[in-house]
Amino acid sequence: MAIEKHHTPMLDQLETGPWPSFISGIKRLRDEHPEERINSMTNDLLGQLEHSYETRKGYWKGGTVSVFGYGGGIIPRFSEVGAAFPKSKEFHTLRVQPPAGNHYSTKMLRQLADSWEKHGSGLVTFHGQTGNIMFIGADTPATQHFFDEVNDYGWDLGGAGPCVRTAMSCVGSARCEMSCTNELKSHRMLVNNFTDDVHRPALPYKFKFKVSGCPNDCQNAIERSDFAVLGTWRDDMKVDQDEIKKYVKTKGRQYIIDNVITRCPTNALSLNDDDSIEVNNRDCVRCMHCLNVMPKALHPGDDKGVTILIGGKRTLKIGDLMGTVLVPFKKLETEEDYESMVELAETIIDFWAENGLEHERCGEMIERIGLANFLDGIGIEADPNMLAHPRQSSYIRLDGWDEAAEQWFERQSEQRAAG
Amino acid sequence: MAAKDMREPIESGCPDPWQYMHPTMRKNFGQWKYHEHPRPGVLRHVAYSGDEIWTVKAGTQRILDVFTLRKLCDIGDEFADGFVHFTLRSNIEYMVTEEARVQPLISALEDAGFVVGGTQNSVAMISHTQGWLHCDIPGTDASGVVKSMMDELIDEFRNATMPNRVHITTSCCQINCGGQGDIAINIQHTKPPKINHDLVANVCERPSVVARCPVAAIRPAIVNGKPSLEVDERKCICCGACYPPCPPMQINDAEHSKLAIWVGGNHSNARGKPTFQKLVAAGIPNNPPRWPEATAIVKQILKAYKEGARDWERVNEWIERIGWPRFFEEVELPFTKYHIDTWRGARASFNSSSYIRF
Repeated sequence: MAIEKHHTPMLDQLETGPWPSFISGIKRLRDEHPEERINSMTNDLLGQLEHSYETRKGYWKGGTVSVFGYGGGIIPRFSEVGAAFPKSKEFHTLRVQPPAGNHYSTKMLRQLADSWEKHGSGLVTFHGQTGNIMFIGADTPATQHFFDEVNDYGWDLGGAGPCVRTAMSCVGSARCEMSCTNELKSHRMLVNNFTDDVHRPALPYKFKFKVSGCPNDCQNAIERSDFAVLGTWRDDMKVDQDEIKKYVKTKGRQYIIDNVITRCPTNALSLNDDDSIEVNNRDCVRCMHCLNVMPKALHPGDDKGVTILIGGKRTLKIGDLMGTVLVPFKKLETEEDYESMVELAETIIDFWAENGLEHERCGEMIERIGLANFLDGIGIEADPNMLAHPRQSSYIRLDGWDEAAEQWFERQSEQRAAG
Repeated sequence: MAAKDMREPIESGCPDPWQYMHPTMRKNFGQWKYHEHPRPGVLRHVAYSGDEIWTVKAGTQRILDVFTLRKLCDIGDEFADGFVHFTLRSNIEYMVTEEARVQPLISALEDAGFVVGGTQNSVAMISHTQGWLHCDIPGTDASGVVKSMMDELIDEFRNATMPNRVHITTSCCQINCGGQGDIAINIQHTKPPKINHDLVANVCERPSVVARCPVAAIRPAIVNGKPSLEVDERKCICCGACYPPCPPMQINDAEHSKLAIWVGGNHSNARGKPTFQKLVAAGIPNNPPRWPEATAIVKQILKAYKEGARDWERVNEWIERIGWPRFFEEVELPFTKYHIDTWRGARASFNSSSYIRF
């Protein structure tokens, strides 16, 4: 039965131009897909979208849809203009957790595509801003059927709502010389430890883990995650002086001075007269710039680990926050190392679940109660690496100073004794 | 359906990627030595073992229909080894192990209408939100804005000729799920919410809506004899935070929800600490289906950056060097009192020195 196609003069304009058109893709589903259900669903979706373009307003409302046993992982959408566009009046998205690092075989993608067109609209995105595969467009019964099918062959829903969210990690060790850690292992150990908290939203608000293999932070962990893990190293960077000399020869001394030496944020580099370079590793902050410019000549050191920052988030409610250094350096080699990182995450989430206000991100709670109180709450000692600089305000009671100073010296000597 | 007939979920969580990873990646995991950028859209990674991976990166429409997804798989099966990797910005990457296989792969992708590029110092694919297609609170569309902009910026995606990489983001409300970018195009509401007082009591959990307001402008009230909420419009900053938990407080407005442009968000630690984006332009009409006014300003900013920045300088670093007054001159945008921050910590953004450029 031929469907009556909605006129979409505004959307049609998005089929012109050289960039691939999502409108053309949706129209293919409408015009060429063998299933009439998909033809009519995408037809009404285009109709509603055109209506949004005409009126400059959105017409989806949230609601409550979940699969059996879970309280989240679906983004429910009910149309406010469902009478005019009935076939897409329920258009829910299933958030499915991707494999850590977003690696796929085509075989697996085809299997997902087959399942999805059986139950849903045929539209999918790799990936949403939270890092999920987004299967866009299913009615309420179909969400359960599609989930059952893909869950049987190894896929699970991600987080939606006030819960631990789907985690993200960069390509890292799989294909990057800058990587200082096994991103995939941290990613999976962290998020899979909290599976219950992913599927059953019961936290003050969302909590995100993101892992970047080095301080370039391609995963945007510092700005966009409550618990950011960044690979780093603490010994000397590796320098291949012959390769440095080749760069100087190819690019010229001025280029190396202007683009490497003087760009070092802590002036830790100098170019010698013989075209080798000198690195003052005590001053180096691992910003990655010189390694980025000369990836053949400079490499991370051998004593690798991670820096952990807490409390990054976007705007709502108190404004954007960067993560704050909580653990300046942590080795991640043995299973115990990884387990202790997971335990730290548990401690933080427990403390925040107990003390956070409704709809208050972890970083906002720290802002409200103060970093020192947060450190007390989770049992971590203050460290100068946590700060850009010490306090400016003299408005503080210091009657515990002597004791705190004593403890500092004790900890210092314990650390020296431990080597 | 009775609960006993329902299937219990298998709580498998995040899948192990090892099974879907290119075999050369598995073999050389953590053992990569260096990379090169032979041409835009292509990376060559060399491992200590001597193995190589040539990666070809392509931009797509992001909202994929199953036909397009299968086409991408067909290309992967025929020209790569049946494995793909997706980047943070929804580009697809194919991996091959010999240089000879790169060009046929590029040709296959471009013949199918995908765009090879997006590497190194290019304008990357715009990371974006869901917009009118799927969001419940959007002030504008997302995919359509991005399609329109990428049509105009496609050469900058294809050619890596910018001073450094440029990340662009868009967001269809002020919550800004699109995130920080070198250039961010976001909705900025300019009028307080319009409240349908007949619906509030039935739809909204009033105490949590009151708590949601960042400036304490919302208070409970009885309106038309019904429990409702009212907004102190002198305090209201039109952020829209009350609208998701209380849809009768409609913040979106066809006329008064405008676009604003922000610059200088940079999440890398390279050369300097990560930075947040700053407001540069506002009051831009929300003008579907092509949003030409917003695109024109983005292009103005990109042109000035391309001409004025030094190698490796990201947008924020370029502006730090030349100073904000000159930035506004270079991009020919007005500076207004609205550029002065009024939020907590605003003082830190004032110039408390005699550093002035003439």
